[in-house]
Amino acid sequence: MLRFVVRRLLLLVPVLFGLSLLLFAWLRALPGDPARALLGDRATPQGIERLNAQYGFDQPLPVQYVRYMGQLLQGNFGNSPRTGQPVLATFVERFPATVELSVAALLFAVVVGIPLGYFAAKRAGGVLDLVAVGSSLAGVVIPVFVLAYLLKVVFAIGLPGLDWLAVLPPSGRQDVRINATHITNFYVLDGLMTREWDAAWDAVRHLILPALALGSIPLAAITRMTRASVLEVLGEDYVRTARAKGLARGLITRRHVLKNAMLPVITMIGLLTGQLLSGAVLTESVFAFNGIGSYLFDAIATLDYAVLQGFILFIALIYALVNLVVDIVYGLFDPRMRVR
Amino acid sequence: MTSVTPASFTPDEGLPRPQSLVDAMGPALDAQETGTSLWAGAFRRLRRDPSAIVGAVIVTIFVLVAVFAPVLAPYEPARTQWANQITPTTLPPFSAEHPLGLDSFGSDFLTQLIHGARQSLIIGIVSTLLGLAGGALLGGLAGAFGGWVDTLVMRIVDILLSIPALLLAVSVAAIVGRRPEALMIAIAAAQVPIFARLLRGSMLRQRGQDYVLASTSLGLRRRTIVMAHVLPNSLGPVIVQATLVLATAIIEVAALSYLGMGSPDPTVAEWGRMLVRGQERLQSYPHLTLLPGLCIAVTALGFTLLGEALREALDPKSRR
Repeated sequence: MLRFVVRRLLLLVPVLFGLSLLLFAWLRALPGDPARALLGDRATPQGIERLNAQYGFDQPLPVQYVRYMGQLLQGNFGNSPRTGQPVLATFVERFPATVELSVAALLFAVVVGIPLGYFAAKRAGGVLDLVAVGSSLAGVVIPVFVLAYLLKVVFAIGLPGLDWLAVLPPSGRQDVRINATHITNFYVLDGLMTREWDAAWDAVRHLILPALALGSIPLAAITRMTRASVLEVLGEDYVRTARAKGLARGLITRRHVLKNAMLPVITMIGLLTGQLLSGAVLTESVFAFNGIGSYLFDAIATLDYAVLQGFILFIALIYALVNLVVDIVYGLFDPRMRVR
Repeated sequence: MTSVTPASFTPDEGLPRPQSLVDAMGPALDAQETGTSLWAGAFRRLRRDPSAIVGAVIVTIFVLVAVFAPVLAPYEPARTQWANQITPTTLPPFSAEHPLGLDSFGSDFLTQLIHGARQSLIIGIVSTLLGLAGGALLGGLAGAFGGWVDTLVMRIVDILLSIPALLLAVSVAAIVGRRPEALMIAIAAAQVPIFARLLRGSMLRQRGQDYVLASTSLGLRRRTIVMAHVLPNSLGPVIVQATLVLATAIIEVAALSYLGMGSPDPTVAEWGRMLVRGQERLQSYPHLTLLPGLCIAVTALGFTLLGEALREALDPKSRR
């Protein structure tokens, strides 16, 4: 087990190394002279030369890359020229919000998607099956920001005549009037830890709409995957054998059907992390939810390369780590896949 | 697949068969083969699948609208000569002249919607073809050569896959700049790793097949085996994926436009950007946002249904 984890972590090194090389090349491929961009139009040739020497822009590219890597390894991801804030600090500060949102979205998708997919497969062709197939198609084809806007208009801003539906806050993570204590920056967790129940409840209310919007992508995927997987397992010989032996239905469901049918679903959830983070860029910007998604959205709009570069590296790292955890969890469900 | 041998064909008799009999069987066997080839069989199954028909109808309508947009649309696109009829808070009601009213810039909304189909189709198809070409090249190299080429290519693909598609597209768009081609290249870049993985996996499965072994033992060159046997047989899943990716591409065009990565030319009608613009008047005129959103969703639905049905039709496991 330990060997497996260590080996996978070591495999991460070449991937991240390659990614950093790509990102470095990307930065160099950008048009324009960095020194001129920093100093503005009225820069003197001497000023540009001094700045180039100061930041090492006059060095050969390999030397620049080694320096850049050295800084990365020391945790120096540079500052955002837009806000002047260090990239790493911003990421650490905003990341909990995105985690909170992604977990809420995934929770919604799992809690709704797995039962929906399961019962749809049990009665394939029935009404519930139609609902499951239809809603999972809808989740795939409706752009996430369109859904986010629809939810916001109906349940937060209110349509004429349907005002009574608008009961949820339209934006933000917590009402500013609530003077909540923040320890971890996971607002719901903070509220629970400090026993400020109203703060926790308010944070939950702010989470509902963004989580529904963001959760639509994994919901569709999880429902489909569960349905297909349960259908396949239900047709297996061992399920028929279990039935023929006269095992209790609940036992067959739990021990044979669900346990086997969940394997591809778990892998799927790991792969969904990337989509969740992409979706978060759009969802967070619609709901002004202050996570890394909305920050990336602003960085994209203003072409803030330092932020884009750093955040993409972080996100790739997180994606890889989540998929490592998924592979370990996989072993808990399937002894054949258990890593030694 | 029906593999019925003609009644006269009895290979186990051990008797010498006259050559004329063998020759006579040739055309019959050929006819049977073409009659039940993988693609012909898949097409037959597709015609019986209601969701495939719905998908095909949607896709056909969409393509026709896109191709004949200049004929179908009541006006020229992006003409804002009715701008004097709109105020910051109100738009004129629907009329016979403007069946769907005007948009916030004073252009005919129906015209914009129809021309939007054109833009989605062009960007969707070009980006998918680019992604397919790039992915097929990488995946084909890895699948054909194996060994260190495979390792190297797949590591690159892993790196690309570890960046969420939208962010990859955004970073490519940032390099290319705000040009109309930027969207296509950006979306294609996000598709390359998907196609590469798929084709490689598919080719690796084919390489283990008996007919490859047979060709090798016949002394065929590797290039011939790969090009004439392995590659054509590996394309099925790739073609299915391309259909499904068209749906994603159309949604991603909208998402990238939403992020401000679209064409800077304001006269280009594009559903994603219409959505963004409509949001200013979302409460009073929701149709400005909902209709482009609906167009995107329905078009994506068409390609998804068709792609799914194609996958089922080509999948031997789903055959009954």
